[in-house]
Amino acid sequence: MRAFKYSRAASLKDAAARLAETPNAKLIAGGTNLLDLMKLQIETPEALIDVNGLPLDQIEVTQEGGLRVGALVRNTDLAADVRVRRDYPVLSRAILAGASQQLRNRATTAGNLLQRTRCPYFYDTDQPCNKRKPGSGCSAIGGYSRGLAVIGASESCIATYPGDMAVALRVLDATVQISDADGETRDLALADFHRLPGDAPQVENDLEKGEIITSVTLPKPVASRQIYRKIRDRASYAFALVSVAAVIGKDFARFAIGGVAPKPWRSETAERELPQQGVARFSQALFADATPTRENRFKIVLAERVLQSTWTENRG
Amino acid sequence: MTSFPLPPVDRRTVLAGATAAATAYSTGLSAAGLASGADEQTVTLRVNGQTHALKLEERTTLLDALREHIGLTGTKKGCDHGQCGACTVIVNGRRINSCLTLALMHEGDAVTTIEGLAGRDGQHPMQAAFVKHDAFQCGYCTSGQICSSVAMLDEIKAGIPSHVTEDLNAEPKRTPEEVRERMSGNICRCGAYSNILDAINEVSGAV
Ligand SMILES: Cc1cc2nc3c(=O)[nH]c(=O)nc-3n(C[C@H](O)[C@H](O)[C@H](O)COP(=O)(O)OP(=O)(O)OC[C@H]3O[C@@H](n4cnc5c(N)ncnc54)[C@H](O)[C@@H]3O)c2cc1C
Ligand code: SF4
Ligand code: FES
Ligand code: FES
Repeated sequence: MRAFKYSRAASLKDAAARLAETPNAKLIAGGTNLLDLMKLQIETPEALIDVNGLPLDQIEVTQEGGLRVGALVRNTDLAADVRVRRDYPVLSRAILAGASQQLRNRATTAGNLLQRTRCPYFYDTDQPCNKRKPGSGCSAIGGYSRGLAVIGASESCIATYPGDMAVALRVLDATVQISDADGETRDLALADFHRLPGDAPQVENDLEKGEIITSVTLPKPVASRQIYRKIRDRASYAFALVSVAAVIGKDFARFAIGGVAPKPWRSETAERELPQQGVARFSQALFADATPTRENRFKIVLAERVLQSTWTENRG
Repeated sequence: MTSFPLPPVDRRTVLAGATAAATAYSTGLSAAGLASGADEQTVTLRVNGQTHALKLEERTTLLDALREHIGLTGTKKGCDHGQCGACTVIVNGRRINSCLTLALMHEGDAVTTIEGLAGRDGQHPMQAAFVKHDAFQCGYCTSGQICSSVAMLDEIKAGIPSHVTEDLNAEPKRTPEEVRERMSGNICRCGAYSNILDAINEVSGAV
């Protein structure tokens, strides 16, 4: 790991100001993704600003009857919160399906959202990778791509967003609260938070320099069945090949798919037609623009089957 | 000339000697063996009930602080990337991977390592059960397995659900299936899993 300057943020404002002023600075929360990447010199920040002392670790009820989850709430605490277990079980399930208990005990809400891809070439610093080193090329295209994206990818990058929690947040219509060095705040739908790679795969989300995530908000709960199904190469402690987060109510169904794209994949338009059209058509619409490789086209079939069984087992 | 018998020297005493100096405002044994030159900062850790004031390179992980600076080598470094669980320690009551956290992030925190689990009167019940059930072969993963399993049983007691908990709104049970899932962050290269499970299930009184 390269040397860096470590400091603790005294306040949110202080953290944002230092993040904006210090060249090549990064926040550190749980550290479970950032330190992993720093040890491999995939991330080489010159300064780390520790946000763990900031009062962003609460889960509160909002005026609208939803929940506001602080950026520093640990994954364990979010999954175990009685209100989340009761009203947003898809979120508890998604978190519990990810990583290990040791990691979830450290990992935070914001850090989890910002976790980086698990593309094997992103991790191998001897190989070209546009995300790690813009302009160097993409080793995954024409390489080993079994775990990579089937949709939403570009000619410069076919990596997936690997996380589970965000897939549930997407199906729950969550929003992200962001604060900057001037104390300005903004609210962004999770749907618009992660970016598709286009020709700049190194830019993975909508955060500007100096911006900090302060919370994630869940809207008022809806009467529904909620399911998270994760298909992976072993029963525990592995990233998803395909995952499906579902919220199924009396007269609606919402699905977000993980493991297939550079962000949690969802189509509200296709969902509206699902009850009339059936799941096969729904899945076709969802993956209409897919560009799979020979190695990963199985993901589309897998996703359709998981959608099918989730739908038939849980519809009205 | 009379020669004095030398005291037996093993790896442990050599390390302990080297790190004794490090414990009280250290020489900063560069943990990764990299050339130093990085800045140092101080941090106070409470490890197994004892306070350690350390002066560390900023990039020192909690794992390296424990092993290289305090001399507690019971905690092992397997992968150094959060994948194997060999470095599991209990911080403020929760198990974490000490390889993926910086020592400086733990000012004032209470850390329990394998060395701190045993009480004054001998082994912790989990240690005794591991011995009884032959729950290891090479032993490299063992301290992580034991720290992890002790904290894991507390998590079930605290009502923290897992991936295999059937009813999210009920208290999780201490079933072998729950134990298996909850221990998946601890890899055993020797494959001693079935005996590890027997040991944990005995202590948990699993049904
Ligand atoms: C072995 C292993 C297996 C895993 N398996 C899974 C899995 O199956 N499923 C899954 O979903 N995840 C998995 N993970 C990933 C894990 O969930 C993430 O590492 C974790 O959620 C990151 O959270 P953190 O708080 O530790 O982030 P950090 O490492 O502290 O930070 C990550 C990024 O977020 C930034 N950041 C942190 N807080 C803020 C903030 N408030 N505002 C702006 N930026 C911020 C940091 O600067 C950094 O760039 C696994 C990880 C490991 C090591
Ligand atoms: S898919 Fe993206 S992350 Fe993977 S090698 Fe190509 S550019 Fe890098
Ligand atoms: S050494 Fe920390 S998890 Fe392997
Ligand atoms: S006993 Fe050898 S790794 Fe577990």
